[in-house]
This record gives sequence, structure tokens and C-alpha cells, in this order.
Amino acid sequence: MGAFIVRRLFGMILVLVAVSLIVYFIFIVIPGGNPAIRIAGRTATQANIRSIEVTLGLNHHGFFGFLWQWWDMMKALFTGSLVSYYDGTNVVQQIKEGIPVTFSLAIGAGIIWMGFGIIVGTISAIKAGQVSDRVITALALIGISLPVAWLGLLFRYFLAGEKGWPAIFPDGGYVPLTTNPAQWFYHMILPWFTLAILFIGFYGRVLRSNILDTINEDFVRTAKAKGLTSGRILRKHVLRASLIPIVTLFGLDFAAVLGGGAIITEVVYSLPGVGFYAARSISQQDLPPLMGVTLFGAMFIVVFTLIVDIAYAYLDPRIRLS
Amino acid sequence: MATTGDEFTLDTAAELAAEEGSAGKEIQGRSPWALAWRRLRRNYVALGSLAVFILVVVACLCAPLYVSHVSHIPPNEVRLGDSVVKNGQKVPVISNGHTKIVNGVPVIQTGGIPIGAQYGATGGAYFLGADELGRDVVTRLLYGGKNSLFIGVTSAAITTIVAVILALLAGYFGGATDWVISRFFDLIWAFPVILLGIALGTALSVNGFHHFGINLSGSSLWITIGVVAFVFIPYIGRPLRGQILALRQREFVEAATAQGAGPIRIMFTEVLPNIASTVLVLFTLIIAACILTEVGLSFLGAGVQAPNPSWGTMIEEGQNQLATAPQISLYAGLAIAVTVLAINIFGDGLRDALDPRAKVRIEH
Repeated sequence: MGAFIVRRLFGMILVLVAVSLIVYFIFIVIPGGNPAIRIAGRTATQANIRSIEVTLGLNHHGFFGFLWQWWDMMKALFTGSLVSYYDGTNVVQQIKEGIPVTFSLAIGAGIIWMGFGIIVGTISAIKAGQVSDRVITALALIGISLPVAWLGLLFRYFLAGEKGWPAIFPDGGYVPLTTNPAQWFYHMILPWFTLAILFIGFYGRVLRSNILDTINEDFVRTAKAKGLTSGRILRKHVLRASLIPIVTLFGLDFAAVLGGGAIITEVVYSLPGVGFYAARSISQQDLPPLMGVTLFGAMFIVVFTLIVDIAYAYLDPRIRLS
Repeated sequence: MATTGDEFTLDTAAELAAEEGSAGKEIQGRSPWALAWRRLRRNYVALGSLAVFILVVVACLCAPLYVSHVSHIPPNEVRLGDSVVKNGQKVPVISNGHTKIVNGVPVIQTGGIPIGAQYGATGGAYFLGADELGRDVVTRLLYGGKNSLFIGVTSAAITTIVAVILALLAGYFGGATDWVISRFFDLIWAFPVILLGIALGTALSVNGFHHFGINLSGSSLWITIGVVAFVFIPYIGRPLRGQILALRQREFVEAATAQGAGPIRIMFTEVLPNIASTVLVLFTLIIAACILTEVGLSFLGAGVQAPNPSWGTMIEEGQNQLATAPQISLYAGLAIAVTVLAINIFGDGLRDALDPRAKVRIEH
């Protein structure tokens, strides 16, 4: 187990290095990607561009120059001195400020989508073929087909007073948990559901088919033959086995949301999280924030993949960590 | 040539028995595709969804042919100071600010609000209202749909073709080839889809792409197509690779090798037909995912660039005027939801028809 974790940690670092190189490549090597040209503006002379390149540390050329520049940026990122090309704000600082917001969004939405996903999938599987199953299946399909931005705007339009109807929920904005827990909860309800609905539909569908597969397994027949009640078989045998793939999915989806993947929800509700920070940087073509946020997101995905793999070994003794 | 669909299962047996029954006719051999078509033909919900999707595609693709005769407004034409005639009165397209006396007190009415849905009262113009530049929402919906659907279907096709080729190479050759391709999949997989799309889309939309003899301007739709296609490669490549690795061990591949067939021939005439049904289902479902991703990227400003309309940019353009001009965002979102739902229902039906036991799906 120890050797497995060490090997995976090593692989993890390699993936992150590769991810950062790719992001850096996207922004620097792709034509028009040279930020110095962008910053210098339309009427810039070659000398202007050169001097900006030197200030930003972009004056190295060729393969090793590229690596050197990349290394400079990585160093700046890890020592917390990386600043935005656009307004000079500290990238690490900005991401840190966004973390509480993004975590509030991800954790609440994660609880909602996992809880509802399990309920929806289980009911649908137990009632397979019946009317309630068909209704749930149809709703789940609608859930995974809705564009998140539109769903968020619909909620705001009908429930947050945009249409002129009495506002049941606040129209976007964020109140820190430490300032006012009740207001924090109240402000987060719509964003949580906006983000969770897609996943509820998706998890419900996956769990339904997993349960229907598991029900035909030998160990379920054995449990029935032992005379266990159907409720106990469902909870202790079927559901436990069917949930394993769901746990994997949850680990990866949750990681992506933590790492800024909930960017659209954050923009729709003006939640100043990590994703919102990245979205703001898009129109300014500001490399360092996008670099920071993308690496931040990739880091969560890679770390959670490892956690999921380790959790897998405990949940399912058939899997050997070879 | 062996295909997995040839397995004689109880459902096919029952179907054949029901069809042929006691008529005593000679039972004809049916290809797996014919069997799938028979199952699909009875799935009216799936067929209805396909019809809805085709209707949306035709309506959007043919937009240049009929829209100008109905709304009389080209898709990108700005009409800020114009007015339309409604019930014999002139109504400004974008309202002017004015002062209104309410109970003897002057109340300032802010201007700049686009005209709302007219439902034909103005003779076709602004059927669903205008956006903040006085452009016709229906016209932009149809032209935007053309762009969104084009990007969705084309990027789905590209990502499927690339993923199939990579999966074939990885699964067939194994060893170092497999290692490199699998690591490539892992690497893209490690990015949050939307963040990678944003990084690529933002960088490429500045000056376009001018490499390998390809010249694309920054506002080209092909930039968005390339970005969306790129981020979804592992979502198709990974499941296919696993399937091909298993097929590689089957006897018919061995038989083909013994007959002296080369790698290309084995890959394309022995292995490919066996994964064709999976590829078809994945392709259908990835169209939905691609459309949603294009919408997300365009909404964030990293996809289709102004003034080109797309369903995603329309949602973005209207989000700050939700209270005064909800028509800009909300109809575009509805169009996306209906289209994507139709594709997803049809994709599910297609999967059930091709192989009821298959568990093919796109993971988000």
C-alpha cells in the first residue's frame, strides 16, 4: 500500500507538470498568445514590446527559453508572487479569496446531488418499469439536458424577483458563512440547486442501471435464500455494491467543481469564487490567473483520483493495488 | 466476419418467434443492424425526438432562405434609433427615457429597454422582441442555432474520428503506442473540461490559428469547433480502447492474422465493425455534450465571438437585462434544452436498440 501511494504521488506530480506545460504552451506559443504584444497595444513599437517582454520575463526564446520561462512562472506561482498581467493583482491571493466561496458552493451542491441522486436512482430501480420509474427517468433526462447558464437565469427570473414576482430567494451575491450563517445558506440555495440538478439526473441514471445489474448477482440470491428482508438486502448488499462506481464519479466531479469547474454557476449568481476569477480574466486575456486556476483545478482532480483509488481498495476487496 | 451482435439471445429468439410465428415461413437471417432498426422502429419516443431534432436543424439551416421575408431584419443588423409600426403607431425599438407623471409626481422612466415580444403585431418583425442593439431575437435564434448546431455536430464528428483512430492504434498495437496514447487521454482527462476549453478558446480567439497550413481568424467558428473537439477526445477514446483491447484477443483477429492480413486491414475491417454500434451511440450522445460545452464557452466569452450569434452568446448578452428584456436569454436557453433533450432521448433509444445490455454513456 505504501509503495502504491508513493508511486501514485510521483505520477501525480508528473501529470501536474505536464498540465502546467500544456497551459503555458497554449498561452505563449500559439500565435497572438504573446502577452507582451497584447499589453503593448496597437500602436506599440518593437522596442516597447521588447521592454515589456523583459519585465514579464518573456525574453527567452527557443525550446530551453520556453522551459526557463515556464520554470520562472511556476516558481512565482509556488512562492505566491505571481501577478496578473492585466492589473498587477496577486494571483495566489485572489485564488485564496475565492476558495471559501467555491468550497461553499461545491460542498453544499455535492451533498444535494449525492443525496438526491441516491434517492432518485434507488426509487427508480426499485420501481423499474412502473410509472414512477418512467417519470423519474424522464426528469433525469431533462436534468442532464439543461444548459446550466439558462437554468440559473430561469431560477433568477422566476424565483429571485427578476420577473417582478415576489422574490423568494436573493438575486445572486454571496454572504460569507462567518458573517451571517443564515444569510449564507439563504444566498446559496439557488446556486446549489442550479449546479446539482445536472448531477442528480446523471447519478440517478447511473445508479439505476447499477442497481438493476447488481440485483441479478449471485450474492443477492444467496441473501434472499438466507431469508433476509428485502429492505436489508437493498441497504446492506445491493446498494453498497452499486454505490462503488458512484463514489468514483463523485470524487472526480466534486474535484472538478472544487477546482473552479462551477464557473458558469458562479458567473450567473455573481459568486466571487475561483471560477468567477477565471471568467473575469477571459475578456482581458490575462494568462497568469487562467494558469493558476487551471492548475488549481487539475490539482484537485489528480488528488481526488488518488483518494478515490485508495477508497476503492477499501470498499471493494477484489481490487488489488498492484 | 464475426460481430458481437450475432450472439443469439433470448430477446432475439422471442422476437423472431413472434414475427414468424406459426406461418411456417422460412426464417431468414437478419443482420444485427436490421434487428436494431426493428427495435428502434417501435420506439416512438426516440423516433419523435429524432423528428424534433431534424426539425430544429432544418429550421436553423434554412434560416437564410426565409427569415428575411418574415422579420425583414438581417441577423447582425443594429437598429438602435429605429422604430416599428404597431397598430398604426410608431414604437421605438429601444425605448427612450422619458418622464411620466404619476399622481402628480414626475417619475423618470429609464430608456434603453429593447422592445418585447410582438407575436406578429408588427407584421413579423420582433416576433419575440429585440436585443439591446435592436436586433431581432427570432432571427438571431435561428442564425445562432445554425452556428451552435454546426459546432456541436462537427466537433462531435471530429472528436469521434480522432478518438476512434487513437483507440484503434492503442488497442491494436498495445505496448509503447498504447502507453503514449493512454497518457495523452489521462492528461486531457486531468483538466476540468470547461477550464481547458476556456484556456484554449481564449488564447486562440486573439489572433486565430496559423499553423500547419491552416489559417483561421480569431472569430472563426472552426476555433470553437477545434477546442470542443479536443477536450472530448478521451471521453470517447477511453471506453473504446478498453473494448478494442478485449476484441484484440478474440479468435477472429487471430484468424485474420493467420491469413496474412496487415494491421490496417485488421483494424478497419475486423475490429472497427465490432465497435461500430458503440461508436454510433457515443457519437450521438457526444453531440449533446458538445452543444452544451459550446454554449458554456460562448456564455463565458471563450467560444463564438461577437457579432456572430450562437445560443450561448445570446444567453450571455441577455443576462444583465433579465428583468427588462428576458426574451434575449430565455428563448435561446429553451432552444438548447429542447435540442439537447431530443438528442439525448434519441441516443438512449439508439443504444437500447443496438445493444440493450450495453452500458455506453458519456461521463461529464
